[in-house]
Amino acid sequence: MNEQTDIKKLTFKDFETDQEVRWCPGCGDYAVLKAVQITLANIGATPENTVFVSGIGCSSRFPYYVETYGFHTIHGRAPAVATGVKLANPDLDVWLVTGDGDGLSIGGNHMLHVLRRNVNMQIMLFNNEIYGLTKGQYSPTSKIGAKTPSTPLGSVDLPLNPCSFALGAGARFVARGIDTALKALPGTLARAKDHRGASFVEIFQNCIVFNDKTFEHFTLKKEAANTQIHVEHGKPMIYGKEKNMGLVFNQEKFVLETAIIGECGVREDDVLVHNETNKTMAQMLVELTAPDFPVVCGVIYCNPEESYDDAVHRQVEKAKENKKADFNALIRQGRIWTVE
Amino acid sequence: MNAQTNAQGFEELDTVCIRFAGDSGDGMQLTGTQFSVVTALEGSDLATFPDFPAEIRAPVGTTFGVSAFQINFGSVEVSTAGDEPDVLVAMNPAALMVSLAGLRLGGLIIVDEGSFNKRNLDKAGYLENPLEDDSLSDYQVQKLDITKMTLESVKEFGLGKKDALRSKNMWTLGLILWMFGRARKPITDWLEQKFKKLPDVANANIAAINAGHAFGETAETSANLSRYHVGQHTTEESGEYRTVNGNQALAWGLVAGSQLGNIPLLLGTYPITPASALLHTLSGLKEYGVVTFQAEDEIAAVCGAIGASFAGQLGVTSSSGPGIALKTEAIGLAISTELPLVIIDVQRAGPSTGLPTKTEQSDLHQAVWGRNGDAPIVVLATSNPHDCFDVGIEAVRLATKYMTPVMVLSDGYIGNASEPWRIPDINTLDKFSVKYCTDPEGFHPFKRDPETLARVWAKPGTPDCLHRIGGIEKDYDTGHISYEPGNHQKMTDVRAAKIAGVANDIPEQEVSLGTSEGKLAVVGWGSTRGSIHQAVKRAREENIDVSHIHISNIWPLPRNLKNLLNSFDKVIVAEMNKGQMNNLLRAEYLLDGHSLTKVSGQPFKITEILDCIRKQEVEVG
Repeated sequence: MNEQTDIKKLTFKDFETDQEVRWCPGCGDYAVLKAVQITLANIGATPENTVFVSGIGCSSRFPYYVETYGFHTIHGRAPAVATGVKLANPDLDVWLVTGDGDGLSIGGNHMLHVLRRNVNMQIMLFNNEIYGLTKGQYSPTSKIGAKTPSTPLGSVDLPLNPCSFALGAGARFVARGIDTALKALPGTLARAKDHRGASFVEIFQNCIVFNDKTFEHFTLKKEAANTQIHVEHGKPMIYGKEKNMGLVFNQEKFVLETAIIGECGVREDDVLVHNETNKTMAQMLVELTAPDFPVVCGVIYCNPEESYDDAVHRQVEKAKENKKADFNALIRQGRIWTVE
Repeated sequence: MNAQTNAQGFEELDTVCIRFAGDSGDGMQLTGTQFSVVTALEGSDLATFPDFPAEIRAPVGTTFGVSAFQINFGSVEVSTAGDEPDVLVAMNPAALMVSLAGLRLGGLIIVDEGSFNKRNLDKAGYLENPLEDDSLSDYQVQKLDITKMTLESVKEFGLGKKDALRSKNMWTLGLILWMFGRARKPITDWLEQKFKKLPDVANANIAAINAGHAFGETAETSANLSRYHVGQHTTEESGEYRTVNGNQALAWGLVAGSQLGNIPLLLGTYPITPASALLHTLSGLKEYGVVTFQAEDEIAAVCGAIGASFAGQLGVTSSSGPGIALKTEAIGLAISTELPLVIIDVQRAGPSTGLPTKTEQSDLHQAVWGRNGDAPIVVLATSNPHDCFDVGIEAVRLATKYMTPVMVLSDGYIGNASEPWRIPDINTLDKFSVKYCTDPEGFHPFKRDPETLARVWAKPGTPDCLHRIGGIEKDYDTGHISYEPGNHQKMTDVRAAKIAGVANDIPEQEVSLGTSEGKLAVVGWGSTRGSIHQAVKRAREENIDVSHIHISNIWPLPRNLKNLLNSFDKVIVAEMNKGQMNNLLRAEYLLDGHSLTKVSGQPFKITEILDCIRKQEVEVG
């Protein structure tokens, strides 16, 4: 990083490639790409030490459009490839780009394990609740009843909540963002980068062709203040246009509820304060859905633990300190004899 | 075994084949391994064949729970584990039931009479006790109550009966050591070391060895036991030797390759029989910069290795047939992105789960052709445990020089079998430097070396060589995504030409025994090498015009192979599958080979190949 001080500070434009972006016009991916490029500029990323790894799907074309190193791999397996990249060179800053199909269906197993192992990387899961690249079949996050080419009578599969999955898998960092929320997303992504371990960020991303407006009930800008809550560690979870609504804990039912401050005896002090190190709270927050609740965005959970790559290299370094690497001695260990 | 009695009362033998057989819990693998070590230390040539069930502890006393270890050793060159054992050690009725058919007529059977009770006889399927009728009259039988004598020998250590009986194998080993005049000390030293923290266990085992040995001494006359001597194999090259098994040698070969190429190695793998030992060995070599990643599955394992290669290291993945099948799509990614990758396939009998602990060579088609698209890779085969070391190095060299996956076909027999190995000095082995691109001048990721056709390798972290690659077709001139039809033709052609060009970088095919033209040739690959060698040697002693051609470079094939094969009137292709190499040679050269195949999970016997040679000689006329 020291070398960078003499060089002019990079802007988001420095992270654009010469490749023509080939997503559908109006796709949410464009906004996310911009947010990522802004994030990279903001955090002072070094292009040559940054690697984007992706699987297969619309979102997985991402690496071609970021002026860093990039690896567009195979369907579902990006977490494993990214793990190999990080193990081979822990100095690289690894970003994983995946989707609801790539990361939670064909690659669900790898997603589970990259989170469980806590490999130091940023995982951006673009959730559009549909298979876009294969022309609109339902995905593991599609709602019950979703009518698609493969579910003409409506989907009967129970959908998965990506953040619940991540917390269940043992992720130490779970956050949420919205494709078009260009003000909030770079901050959330920068936090993900700061966290030394697997940072899981679900990004609600609109598929304009096959699943348009599926998130509109909480992403519409003019309603956003009432339908979203951007949580911050140590701050009360208050939201609403009037800043008069809050999340409260009903101890009797052991659930979260919404309340209006000043009504039914609810005071501002009764509103829960966000504690991003509290896993139980995180598990409750990610389950809240619109329209009954605001959709929770921002850093929901952050509770660091040693990352897998750090632990692996700690062992390697220790072994190097304790044992001399002498190959000729190695293959002569045990019982040998000499033929004259 | 042709015997001649020497001055010390030992009958002198050229070679002996012993099969130790018992229950899975009887410690037969350990017994055989220890006997192999002392045999090797005394300078005999040897080959071993561990033959064990897939179950960790099958029900006691059953035939499917029999675990056996065969060792063939001699004062002459020994290249197989032996067709027919001369000596069978059977620790229970099931072991006798399973192993008797393979024993040489007139051979010696040593049985633990104490285990031949009704219950064990029933489990083995004997209606009558074979020790009491004349069903073993074609053999010499030594009925010894090993159970009872072991219990007596370890009485002073106060072990429970179950623990005391664990020393039965050592008592037996003591007797066999006496019988073949082998030293006990290397084994007692090893026991003391192994059970350093459990001195009672060490002492009980040593007492059992000594008791077995003493029994031989005292019972020599009464029980009419003979002693045999097998001398040193004197034609060995001078140097330091040790025993090594194939998986161990392959793991070391990969590390040697990593050292010689000065490139760190990352193994991504998932446990599977019979390949797991590679992971066990490599995970203990962290001081060589080796990183091992036990992934969540076979696919993640190969993908982790590919990720490491993308980052500039050597990615290695290891498995057996079913796991290789799972890795197939990812291998395609490594082909398309032209990244180095070493894939180890320690083959086992298939299809599907097949016979996990039994050997086969049936992944050849999978290795050469088993991917979507036109997807050529380099395929090498190991032929015996010590060869694994050299093949490991060669795989690393070719993968990094040509930016390609290289698959190494080993098999369960090679992986588990031990043999003497002349230990190399790594300082005398050829270094090869792996090249990374750091020059931005005219850089694009698919810029090729005009000679090898390998693409440049710029690893992340290199300034001004930023690039993005993936499994979508790349433009030949820029490396960017390209859907252009003519470009795909060109890229497919260049990927094929690159692999075909490896033929100029590997040795020409040699004749391993015999002449470079003639009436008959036996072609083999992999672990059949020893059996074919011995069969061809014997046939030549019978004045049959036959030569042995052993192929190690499976793909691309050696550049002179076609002409060489065409110099024989008839080619026999012997392999442990349904004729896969024969198909390959037919496809490539229109060779009308005679296919000799075997898929019983057991290696070829020398006589099976010899019989085929004799018949083909008559047919060719």
